[in-house]
Amino acid sequence: MSGYQGKKNIPRITSDRLLIKGAKIVNDDQSFHADIYMEDGVIKQIGENLIVPGGVKTIEAHGRMVMPGGIDVHTRFQMPDRGMTSADDFYQGTRAALAGGTTMIIDHVIPEPGVSLIAAFNQWREWADHKSCCDYSLHVDITEWHKGMQEEIEALVKDHGVNSFLVYLAYKDIFQLSDAQMYEVFSVIRDLGAIAQVHAENGDIIAEEQKRVLGLGITGPEGHVLSRPEEVEAEAVNRSITVANQTNCPLYITKVMSKNAADVIAQARKKGAVVYGEPITASLGTDGTHYWSKNWAKAAAYVTSPPLSPDPTTPDYLNSLLACGDLQVTGSGHCTFNTSQRAVGKDNFTLIPEGTNGTEERMSIIWDKCVVTGKMDENQFVAVTSTNAAKIFNLYPRKGRIAVGSDADLVLWDPDSSKIISAKSHHVAVEYNIFEGLEVRGAPLVVISQGKIVLEDGNLHTTEGSGRYITRKPFPDYVYKRIKARSRLAELRGVPRGQYDGPVCEVTVTPKVMTPVISGKTSPVKSAPQPVRNLHQSGFSLSGAQIDDNIPRRPTQRIVAPPGGRANITSLG
Amino acid sequence: MAERRLLHQDDDNGSLLSKLGTDSPKPRVKFGGMFCNIEGAYENKTLNFESYSPGSSRRNHKGRVDDQKDNFSDTSSLSNFSSASQTQPNPSSASPGQTIVYPTGHNRAQNGKREGDKLIIKGGKIVNDDQSFYADIYIEDGIIKQIGENLIVPEGVKTVDAYGHIVIPGGIDVNTCLQASHLGMSPADDFYHGTRAALAGGTTMIIDHVVPEPGSSLMSAYDQWRDTADKRSCCDYSLHIDITRWHDGLFEELETLVKDKGVNSFLIFMAYKDQYQSSDTQIYEMFGAMRDLGAIAQVHAENGDIIEEEQKNVLDLGITGPEGHVLSHSEEIETEAVYRAITIAKQANCPLYITKVMSKSAADVIAKARKKGMVIYGEPIAASLGTDGSHYWSKDWAKAAAFVMSPPLNPDPSTPDYLNSLLACGDLQVTASAHCTFTTAQKAVGKDDFTLIPEGTNGIEERMSIIWDKAVATGKMDENDFVAVTSTNAAKIFNVYPRKGRIAVGSDADLVIWNTKETKLISAKSHNLTVEVNIFEGMECRGFPVVVISQGRIVLEDEKLNVIEGSGRFIPRKAFPDYVYKRIKARGRMADARGVPRGNYDGPVHDVISMSKSVLSTPTTRGPMCPGKTPLGPGRNLHQSGFTLSGTQSDDHIPRRTAQRIVAPPGGRSNITSLS
Repeated sequence: MSGYQGKKNIPRITSDRLLIKGAKIVNDDQSFHADIYMEDGVIKQIGENLIVPGGVKTIEAHGRMVMPGGIDVHTRFQMPDRGMTSADDFYQGTRAALAGGTTMIIDHVIPEPGVSLIAAFNQWREWADHKSCCDYSLHVDITEWHKGMQEEIEALVKDHGVNSFLVYLAYKDIFQLSDAQMYEVFSVIRDLGAIAQVHAENGDIIAEEQKRVLGLGITGPEGHVLSRPEEVEAEAVNRSITVANQTNCPLYITKVMSKNAADVIAQARKKGAVVYGEPITASLGTDGTHYWSKNWAKAAAYVTSPPLSPDPTTPDYLNSLLACGDLQVTGSGHCTFNTSQRAVGKDNFTLIPEGTNGTEERMSIIWDKCVVTGKMDENQFVAVTSTNAAKIFNLYPRKGRIAVGSDADLVLWDPDSSKIISAKSHHVAVEYNIFEGLEVRGAPLVVISQGKIVLEDGNLHTTEGSGRYITRKPFPDYVYKRIKARSRLAELRGVPRGQYDGPVCEVTVTPKVMTPVISGKTSPVKSAPQPVRNLHQSGFSLSGAQIDDNIPRRPTQRIVAPPGGRANITSLG
Repeated sequence: MAERRLLHQDDDNGSLLSKLGTDSPKPRVKFGGMFCNIEGAYENKTLNFESYSPGSSRRNHKGRVDDQKDNFSDTSSLSNFSSASQTQPNPSSASPGQTIVYPTGHNRAQNGKREGDKLIIKGGKIVNDDQSFYADIYIEDGIIKQIGENLIVPEGVKTVDAYGHIVIPGGIDVNTCLQASHLGMSPADDFYHGTRAALAGGTTMIIDHVVPEPGSSLMSAYDQWRDTADKRSCCDYSLHIDITRWHDGLFEELETLVKDKGVNSFLIFMAYKDQYQSSDTQIYEMFGAMRDLGAIAQVHAENGDIIEEEQKNVLDLGITGPEGHVLSHSEEIETEAVYRAITIAKQANCPLYITKVMSKSAADVIAKARKKGMVIYGEPIAASLGTDGSHYWSKDWAKAAAFVMSPPLNPDPSTPDYLNSLLACGDLQVTASAHCTFTTAQKAVGKDDFTLIPEGTNGIEERMSIIWDKAVATGKMDENDFVAVTSTNAAKIFNVYPRKGRIAVGSDADLVIWNTKETKLISAKSHNLTVEVNIFEGMECRGFPVVVISQGRIVLEDEKLNVIEGSGRFIPRKAFPDYVYKRIKARGRMADARGVPRGNYDGPVHDVISMSKSVLSTPTTRGPMCPGKTPLGPGRNLHQSGFTLSGTQSDDHIPRRTAQRIVAPPGGRSNITSLS
C-alpha cells in the first residue's frame, strides 16, 4: 500500500499502538480467531502470539467479534436547505456515527444551482476537515448540467479523489435533470471511470401529485407520502437503469425505500446490469405508517424522499433482499432537521425539509433485523455494512477489511447487548428519533478509529477535526472490470452495402435532422466527429490520455496483451 | 425457410468468435446479392417514378380487375347488390387516367341504408368471441337481421355458400396510418389502397391515426382526415387523434372532439424528441383530462431522449444503414417508456393503451402491470407477430429499409412466438397492423442516414392470416380467441361493440367467411398494396378470407375484389366505454386521499430566508390546470370523491347528433350516462 494522501498533515501521536487479544476476526469472507496489533493507525500484524513492543495498550476481546468499522455511504451532514442547515453538522454527525460503530462516512456535496462543483466541493472539504471526527469522503451531486461541467467533473476525478456523482430525477425545476442530460452525464462519468448515482423519483409526476394532494386540502406530512407513491420511485429506478445500460455506465441507486424499486433493481441485476442498490437505515428499520401520526412533529420527522413506504412489510422485504445480495450496500441517508425547522412546512407539506436520522442506528438495526433473525450471517453483515461499500467506491482493502496494512478502523461488536433507541440517549442533535422505542440487539462495545479508541465503556472520546479526507481513485475494479469488458464487446457495426442507386423521392420539407438541443447542453464528449470515421476504432477507448497517466505505475490497468489474445472484432468472420 | 437455413450454414462455417463484437444476428445472406428485388415484385406494378405522390399514380395499374369498379363509383347510388352479383370483370376497359367522381355526402349517407341489399349466408359455422355455432345469417340493409336455421327470407336473395368454412366478424384494424405524411411524403397506401387491402385480408373496419401537422389544430386535422377518408375509404373507419403539440386550448379541443366528433382515443408520443414528444408532466395532465372525458389514452412508448443520443452515437460510428435504426432503438428503450407510461396512468387513474408492442420485455411489463390490476391494453402488430428484426442486417438496402419502423422489430427471432403466446393467454388483447407504407424511393430519402428513413411497415392485409397461422394453426388459441383479438376486444375497448366485433342480430353486416384449411403465399407479387417490398415476403399462411362482406355487400368473392371508393362510413365512438371505464369509475370513487385532522402546530418555526423550493412557484407549461384538477377550496368535504361523474356530462347539452347514429344498438343500450 503506497502512501495515502492526506495522512501526513494530520496531527497525531506516532506511538499510537494497540493490541486486541483473543478476537474473532470477522471479514466478509471468513471469520477466524487471532490477535490484532495496530500501530500508527494501520494494522501491522494479525496472528496468534504476536511479538509486540512492551507497554502496548491491550484490549481483551474474550472471543468477541472484531469487524471492520462500518462505512456509511450516504450522509448529508450540515446540508444547506433554503438557508437552513441540517441539525447535525460534521462534528455531531460523525460523533454519532462513531458511537454506532461506523468509522467512515461518505457525504454528499450539493452545489447550489449556479455554484461550481469545485467551489462547492472545497466548501464541504473545509467544513469537514475542521469538524469531522472520523475519516470521510465526498460524493458530488450534479444539480444542473451545462457546458463546462464536464471539465469540472474531470478535475474532481483526477485531482480531488472523487469517483461518484449523483444526479437527481426528482425535484422538478430545482435539481432535476432530463433523460437526455442524464444520458450525457452517464457517458461522461463512464469515460472517467466514476460511478453514477441517482436519486430515483419521477419529479414530473410528483409535482403534479403534490398539486393534486394540496388541492384536496391535505397539507400535513401524510401528503408527502400520498404525493410520492411507490410506483413513482420504481419508475425512475427503471428509467435510470435503462439509460445506464445504454451508456454502459455503472449505476448506484441511492435510498431504496420500497419493494417495487428493490424488485426492479433485483431484476436488472438478473439481466446482467451493473447496478447497485442502497437501502437506508430508515427503510430497513421502520415504515411509513407514522406519516399519519396525530402528532405533527413526529409525522414530520419521517419526511424524506423517496418516502418511507406505508406498507409495514417493507423493512422485512428489503432486509431479505439485502441478505440475498440483490441489494448490496447500506447507507443512512442521515439528514436531520429540528422540529422548528421542519415547521416551516406546517401548512404545506411540500415545504418540510426532508431527511431522517440513522447514521448512529444503522449497524445495530441491520444486526437486529438481519443477523439476529437469521437472514444473514456475520460475514454478510460485514459485507453490507462495510466491505461492499469499500469495494464499490474503491476504498478496498484500505477500508472494509481487517488485514495487515489496512486502516485500523475496527469495531468490537457485542451481539448480546440490547438497548432501546430513544431521542433521550442518542448522540444526534434533533428532538425526534424515528426509531424511538425500537429495541435492538447488538451494539459496538469498543470502536477504534485511525488506531485510536473512540468508544469504550460507553464513553465517546472523539477529537473534532481528526477525520481525514480519503481520496478515491476512478475505475474501481469491482465495478469497472465488467464495464470495460463490455465496452470492448459492445461495438456496433454497420452492414457493408454498395451505394443505393435506385430512385430517391424528393423531400420538400426540411428533413428531421438531429435538431440541436435547445439548451445547447450537448455533451462535450459527443462533439461532432470527423465525417469519415474509422470503423475499426471503438467508440469507448481507453487509449490516449488517461486520468492516471501521471502516476508512474498502474497495477490495475492492463491494455497491452490481455490473456487469451485480443478479440478480433473488426473482421466480419 | 431458405433464409434461415442459409443463416445456420453460415454460423457453422464461421468461427466461434465471428459473432463477437456485435449484438446483432449475423447479416443475412440473401440470394441474388445486392439490391436484388423480390423476383417479379415489379411485374404487375407500374413503378411510376414521375409522380411520387402515391395518391395519384395508383389508378392506372393494368390487370387489376377491381379498379374498374371505380368507374361506376357510386354517384348513381346504384344498387350495390347488383354490383356485387356482377362479379364478371371487364378486363378491356382498364383505362388509365379515369375520372373519379366522388360521392357527395348525401349519397354517402344513402349508402348506409341501401335498399334491397339482401344476402343470406348458409351453412357456415358462426364464430363469436364467446362461442361457435352453426346457423344461417340473413342480412338486409347492411345489418344482420336474422340468425338461425331455416330462416324465412324474401325471394331472390343472393345466397352465399359457407359450407366447410367459418363465419367470423370482420376484423378491426385499430392502428393504421393511411394519411399521415412524413417529411411531406404521403404514405404509399392511402385511404383507398389501404382499406382495399384491408378488405382483401378480411378486415372490415380500420381506425386511422390523425397526425396533426405542427401548427395545425386538432380540429382542422380531424376535418382534413374526415374529408379524405369519406371520399376514399372503402370500408368503415374511425379515427384516433395524435397529440403532437402542446398548445393553448388543447383541452377545449379534446372536449369538443369527444363530445361532438365521436373520437374517444388520443395518442401521446413519448418519442420523436423536439417533434412530437411530450414531457412526463404533459402526459400526466393529458391522462387526467382524458380520464375526465372518458377517453382512452394511447401512447407511442419509446424514450425519445435516449433515442436521440443513441442515434448520434450510432451515426458517429459511421453506421448509416437501416441496421442503425434498430441499434439506436434498443428494446430497453421501449420497455422503459412502457413502464413509465403505466406509472403515470396509474397515478392519474386513466386507462392506458400501448400501441405497437414490439418486444418481449415490453410485453412482459404490460402483463405484469395487468397482474397488479392496472387497466391497460397492449397492441402487438402484424409485423411484430409475423416477423423479426434480423432483416435490418439484410445486404439489400431496399429490403432492410422496408422494415424500418418505431419501435423497431426485435432482432430476437423468438419474439413473434412469444408475443403470440401472450396474445393467446390474454396478456395482450388487441392486434393492429400499424400499416404505414412508403415506396422504396420514398424510403431512399434516408439512404445515407437511417434517421431520415420514413418509418412504417405493411400489415393491413396480412394481419388476420398471420395471426391465424401463428396462433390458431399452432394451437395457441382457438377460433373464438382469434375473433376476440382480431375484432371483438378492439370493438369493446373503443366502444363500437356490439355494432362491430360480433355476429348478432342488429350488428353491422361486416362478416368474413374464413377458409381454415388451405394456405396462401404472401408476396409482393400478389398483394394488394402499392409498395414493392412486403416484409412478410415468402411466408405461407394457413387461413385466409374466401368471402368478405362489408356493410352487407360482398367485396371479396372468388378472389376478386369489388370495392367502392368512398363507401366507407365514419363510425363515431362514444366516451366512457363500459369495457374500460367500469373499473376506472369504481376506482375513482375509492381512490380518495384523506388528510389527518390535527390541531395546529403551535411550536417554534424556523425562519426561512429563500423560498426557492416552493412548489407553488413552479412554472407550469400551461396556464390553467387540467380540468377536473382545479384546486378546491380549503373547506373541502373529504367525503366527496375527487372523481365524480355526477353533474354536467360531456354530452348533456347536445339534443341529438346526426353523427351519433346508434339509436338502438343490438343487445340493448348500455346506460353509461347515469351512475345508477
